[in-house]
Amino acid sequence: MLRLIKIEFQKLWLNKVSVVLIFVSFILPFTVLILSSIKINFFGFFTLELGELGIFNFPIIWHITTFFASYFKFFFAIVVVSMIGNEYSNKTLKQNLIDGLSKKEFVLSKFYTIVFFSLCATILIGLATFVIGMYYSSYTEATIIFREVEFLLAYFVKLVGFFSLCLFFGMLVKRSAFALAFLVILYIVEWLIFWAAVYFTGTVESAFKVKGVLPLESMYNLINQPVQRIVMTKFPEKTDIMYDYAVHWYEIAIVLGWTTLFVFLSYQLLKKRDL
Amino acid sequence: MEPILTINNLTKKFGYLTAVKDLSFTINKGNVYGILGPNGSGKSTTLGIVLNVVNKTQGDFHWFDGTTSTHDALKQVGAIIERPNFYPYMTAEQNLKLVCRIKGVDQNKIDEKLTVVGLLDRKDHKFRTYSLGMKQRLAIASALLNDPEILILDEPTNGLDPQGIHQIREIIKNIAANGTTILLASHLLDEVEKVCSHVVVLRKGEKLYAGRVDEMINSYGFFELKAEKHEALLQVLETHSNIGNVKIEGDLITAFLNEAMSASEFNQLMFEKGILLSHLVKRKESLEEQFLQLTDHK
Repeated sequence: MLRLIKIEFQKLWLNKVSVVLIFVSFILPFTVLILSSIKINFFGFFTLELGELGIFNFPIIWHITTFFASYFKFFFAIVVVSMIGNEYSNKTLKQNLIDGLSKKEFVLSKFYTIVFFSLCATILIGLATFVIGMYYSSYTEATIIFREVEFLLAYFVKLVGFFSLCLFFGMLVKRSAFALAFLVILYIVEWLIFWAAVYFTGTVESAFKVKGVLPLESMYNLINQPVQRIVMTKFPEKTDIMYDYAVHWYEIAIVLGWTTLFVFLSYQLLKKRDL
Repeated sequence: MEPILTINNLTKKFGYLTAVKDLSFTINKGNVYGILGPNGSGKSTTLGIVLNVVNKTQGDFHWFDGTTSTHDALKQVGAIIERPNFYPYMTAEQNLKLVCRIKGVDQNKIDEKLTVVGLLDRKDHKFRTYSLGMKQRLAIASALLNDPEILILDEPTNGLDPQGIHQIREIIKNIAANGTTILLASHLLDEVEKVCSHVVVLRKGEKLYAGRVDEMINSYGFFELKAEKHEALLQVLETHSNIGNVKIEGDLITAFLNEAMSASEFNQLMFEKGILLSHLVKRKESLEEQFLQLTDHK
């Protein structure tokens, strides 16, 4: 396993474009996080301090940081599709196999890298959230701090799932740009399925249940939007805006199911192909 | 003899096209093999199958004694297929390090192998700055990194300039001289003739011949003759039982042998008949002539 990760890391580290993208996908969420946590003084007119809104309180901070940080996954998604696309366009995939890498090892080396990267991103976001939370949060008892730490697990699963989807698209179309276009197509297809479900089931609610098992929507469902929750904390008497934002085991199971399927299909595709 | 690669009844179909048809042959240790055949005869496909990049339709093959999996066996093989494929943004040395990681061998041979192909002084240059000849030489260095049991070369001189072709051939000859088994696929017959002891001849995916180069066709060779007494010589040739066909081009007579006969025996015979030869050369058919003869017959 270490050998496969080393092989893939050498391919990534020596490629300037992927190094830049990896750094951006790591640094950018932090910059945003840190900028939003400091007090910004607009030339003496007013000061903006997001911390005062209570969004950096434990446990809600876990929810908010993981939700917004997950948008930066698109930078690493580019790296994932290009690390497949480049192997095809440079024909180095063929050479790797001739040199004695098995097709299974090839797919695994990509997947391990995805898992490794997602793990790093999760740990870093976890640490940053903890530090900022400790600084701003009104509550610092251990039971409250670690109450919703499952959002970190959800974040990790979400990243692994999304990058595995990119891996599969990369394998499928062999070209990075087309693979990214497929993501957009899948997004549209999921909405089409949603509207079809509305038509057949008659209710929006059940249609959302159908959409909930589709890849992109199931990944999104892992960490629901936190804005409504912030509003909820401000107006606790308004019960009509209550919603279910928790991380459920079945949501994780669905995404892990897709992940397994995507990695397996990537392997099957490669196995069937004549290079 | 120790087998390195055994192929049994291998078949590959691309849709309706059969690229390789029921092919069987064995590669033994220590010989230099050539796979001969015109373009599209299934050479590259066959190599692709045994190198794990093309899926077979039927039949089977195994490396060495058949106990190792193909991808593990490939770690003991060095192969170059068509064009050299490396990461353009890495230097020569970095590319070779990656190959070492894949093959699971130590990285201390990189400099040694770069010296063999004469690229040591360019090892810190990016692959994309290399000329085709240099790329091809780097590919050879890469294939040699694990001191392979067998070196597989598919059209190694394709697209190179005369100097490049010469350099590659010299390298191949040196490697062969060290006792490494080589499998060389080419449509360039003189290339195969210069380095190979054994050949497999393919046409449209079928095997026409597999065996030693000099036994490819039943031939005892031929004499090229010139003499002052042209007519007398022709008469003797026509009556002699060892001589088959006789071809005349100007004053040069080519006499094909039906049975073994040495040049000195023939010279002796002519001398006894009172014919003095001004030109006597005994030759065997070149591989090209043999190849054409073989492919025409079938």
